[in-house]
Amino acid sequence: MTAFGAIILRDVKLGLRQGGGTYWTLLFFVLTVTLFPLGVGPDLALLSRIGPGILWVVALLASMLSLDRMFQADYEDGSLELLALAPLPLELTVLAKCLAHWLTTGLPVTVLAPALGLLLALDPAAYPTLMLALLIGTPVLSLIGSIGAALTVGVRRGGVLLSLLVMPLYIPALIFGVLAVDAAVDGLSARPHLLLLAADLLVAAALTPWAAAAALRLNLE
Amino acid sequence: MANLHWLANPGRFLRIAKAVSPVLAGLTVVLLAVGLALSLQAPVDAVQGTPSKVLFMHVPSAWMSMFIWGVMAVASAVALIWKHPVADIAAKVSAPLGAGFTAATLLTGSLWGKPTWGTFWVWDARLTAELILLFLYIGYIAIWQAIEDPQRAGKAAAILALVGSVNLPIIHFSVDWWNTLHQPASILRDGGASIDASMLIPLLLLAAGFQAFYFTLLLWRMEAEIAGRKIRQLRLLSAQA
Amino acid sequence: MDTFAATELACVRGERLVFTGVGFAIASGGALLLRGPNGTGKSSLLRVCAGFVPASAGQLTWNGRPVTREWDAHRARTTYVGHLDAVKPAFTVAENLGFWASLGGRTAEVAALEPLALDHLHDLPAAYLSAGQKRRLNLSRLSVSNAALWLLDEPTSSLDDVSTAALLAVIAAHQARGGMAVIATHHDLPLRNVSVLRLGPA
Repeated sequence: MTAFGAIILRDVKLGLRQGGGTYWTLLFFVLTVTLFPLGVGPDLALLSRIGPGILWVVALLASMLSLDRMFQADYEDGSLELLALAPLPLELTVLAKCLAHWLTTGLPVTVLAPALGLLLALDPAAYPTLMLALLIGTPVLSLIGSIGAALTVGVRRGGVLLSLLVMPLYIPALIFGVLAVDAAVDGLSARPHLLLLAADLLVAAALTPWAAAAALRLNLE
Repeated sequence: MANLHWLANPGRFLRIAKAVSPVLAGLTVVLLAVGLALSLQAPVDAVQGTPSKVLFMHVPSAWMSMFIWGVMAVASAVALIWKHPVADIAAKVSAPLGAGFTAATLLTGSLWGKPTWGTFWVWDARLTAELILLFLYIGYIAIWQAIEDPQRAGKAAAILALVGSVNLPIIHFSVDWWNTLHQPASILRDGGASIDASMLIPLLLLAAGFQAFYFTLLLWRMEAEIAGRKIRQLRLLSAQA
Repeated sequence: MDTFAATELACVRGERLVFTGVGFAIASGGALLLRGPNGTGKSSLLRVCAGFVPASAGQLTWNGRPVTREWDAHRARTTYVGHLDAVKPAFTVAENLGFWASLGGRTAEVAALEPLALDHLHDLPAAYLSAGQKRRLNLSRLSVSNAALWLLDEPTSSLDDVSTAALLAVIAAHQARGGMAVIATHHDLPLRNVSVLRLGPA
């Protein structure tokens, strides 16, 4: 197996095994979404209107919550030094870890989203768009999040700082993602929003591995 | 001492800064005084009334809030690529100033908004973008505070500043896309300025005054930061000796 | 015959000068022991050699060429064992070793655990290992490494006498194959072809 594949496989396995946190992230997603009807009332008309926003904001929070384990555990047990010293360029290591993070958060969240859409009385006609938007948008969250995770890797209680750094950078993905689902709900074309979301993904994929790898090297000094 | 070599360079910077900053401070006072006087004499906007005077403060603040992030991005790139310590310091001390101008933009914006829109806050595209910019400034300042070693903190903050400057246009575009409610851009519109010269001149004078104000504060704060680092170094040396 | 050398090396960590004017040279089959009290920069020197920390002054060379010009090649010929064991408790012993081997494009057989006597534990989750066993698992990476340069930071810490002897045999075999090792240690390690670099307060 290539080193790139080995890192993905290892991180996915670690995420799924005991204490890995993948299931907790998904439970967080489900529980937090159910808080909204309790908070704003069971009015289905209101819920179906704000449903896309709720799903996206909570998906964003779930992704952010699990970011601190992207590099922090490897930093604390010395694995990060060995990853940095491996023949694979650190930029590709970062990309592999982003993929693994997405496979254990973004992808399951995407799969779960229609079930939660049901709870929020979201129009079933919008489900394909919802899933497609999450499929394009959640990798952006993992990629941009890797910068925050790498910058805060040596910081004690860096989780909150990480959220502070990453949240403003998440906003374009949030906006395009919600607008796409809103458009589908209103029977309009979601295409322009999805294309913009895809453009955001391309920019993130091209640039974040460099920034995150630079931040990791700095924190290994 | 290998790690003291940078003091030689900031020394040269300090001599220049000490000569320039009084001139800039004087310029600030003159520009702001003339600009304010002219802005008070400018005719009152027929539609918006007296509250529109707030815009003489609001618009230059908004310009400065973005200009300063640009300064930080350039300084950060210089600091990362050429390991230039003065650039590193310039970026660091600019952040609270930028955050201040951003906060002033939001404050004046909501003061203007209350009589105009009937509420202190509306989710209009530019105010929202300014709010996000404020979050970015806060994140930048927070990372300087979170990392103890100034050299590492500087590099981490520089990476964040560059990431932020790549993202700012995307954020601006997305927020515009999300909400296009604000007045259309009227200063830098194609075909020249559309507002009356009696309002444009004080606005530009105030904008220049804000620039001079920023650079004055920047030089003062850089002098203070360099002095602070010198003290740190001396303490460290005495601890090692 | 390869040589790995340092001239007039200096290291600043944070704002503290850790060491300055450090030089050494080792050739294929040789070992260099870094000795000196705590805080004199043994670990930092190893981290400079591994490329984690840039040298503030001086240079490292491989066969006379500065390693700063060929980091990729330098990484490929270097194996580093630091203070931390990089052992994932959720993985079995064999899985832990297998991952590090696959990172270098190789596969790890259970036999690689034999030199440090962990082969009978290969199926055990690493969470159950003692400190010494975790150390041995980390050091087993050396058995699957084909790197020419080993950088070992206190490799004998938390090892008993039997394991220390086994580790020394692994290092000796590496030297016999023409490998070299830089080892930070507080003990006199009975290796052949050894030179000692004493680091003192800067």
